[in-house]
Amino acid sequence: MERKDWPLWEVFVRSKAGLNHKHSGSLHAPDAEMAISNARDVYTRRSEGVSIWVVESKHIHSTLETDSDSMFDPNEDKIYRHPTFYDIPDEVGHM
Amino acid sequence: MEKKKALFNYLLRLADNAAILGHKLSEWCGHGPELEEDIAIINTALDLLGHARSIYTYAGEVEGKGRDEDDIAFLRIEREYKNALICELPNGHYGDTIARQFLFDQFNYLVFSELVNSTDETVSAIAAKAIKEIRYHLRRSTEWTLRLGDGTEESHNRIQESFNDVWSYTGDLFVEDESDGLIVSAGIGPDLKIIRPIWREKVKAVLTEATLTTPEDGWMHSGSKEGRHTEHMGHLLSELQYMQRAYPECEW
Repeated sequence: MERKDWPLWEVFVRSKAGLNHKHSGSLHAPDAEMAISNARDVYTRRSEGVSIWVVESKHIHSTLETDSDSMFDPNEDKIYRHPTFYDIPDEVGHM
Repeated sequence: MEKKKALFNYLLRLADNAAILGHKLSEWCGHGPELEEDIAIINTALDLLGHARSIYTYAGEVEGKGRDEDDIAFLRIEREYKNALICELPNGHYGDTIARQFLFDQFNYLVFSELVNSTDETVSAIAAKAIKEIRYHLRRSTEWTLRLGDGTEESHNRIQESFNDVWSYTGDLFVEDESDGLIVSAGIGPDLKIIRPIWREKVKAVLTEATLTTPEDGWMHSGSKEGRHTEHMGHLLSELQYMQRAYPECEW
């Protein structure tokens, strides 16, 4: 079977209710329904998830590696951008 | 015939269906048409193996001769296996495998849906666990039937031929004997005469949606319930049983 007709899909799995869907990996499938089915078989057969999203990889837009300097570097040296000067009560938990 | 013997026969048929079809599917391991499909079809094989294990174990208890799942699975002669003939057919090309799988999944789903309400508590508990997996098997083989049937001209023609070829083995699924009669009257399992028209209707609906023609019922193979198998069964068992025959009681 020719693989050229099978697009690549990115798979996002929600590990339990209340948590975010996280990227699990990618796979090939002929359409969305089979992509979900394949994702179930490839990524969630050991109770890893309760919900699956798939999106065709071509619909994901990404930053370019060559843009890393201008995109991300300037953030580190301006400490006032980080709200690290507040005392957070323990009850708040992880922020 | 006593009820215990009928139940043992009935359990063997259920377990042998799962074990033998699971074994056939396992031959795809490493040979699937796509990596993802390879994993998916082997998941089905593993599910079926799981069903077979729990049913063999219960069959051993019902029989009361101290046989465990392995004794029953590996150490019988061909005539003592009672799986439906469709389960032992060669994998062929992927369309052949899908056609065989879809027709069996639809049957298995209808039977296990009823076994969930069995008067036998162990059967009902095993069925309640298995039905979730069987529902998924049916969903998957249905999706593939739709895609191959309503796909390209070549995929359409090839899977139509697969359904035509395998059709004469479907009658064997619905043959009833004395054990079935006792099982039905005891409320342990469903009446296959009731299942058959529902099965045909469901199969026809999917094949029609897949732009395929449902074959007409003609002459049908039969014999599985007396242990009369196709020419393929001996070869299958020689592989399946090799380790236990060559190294009796070996474990790993």
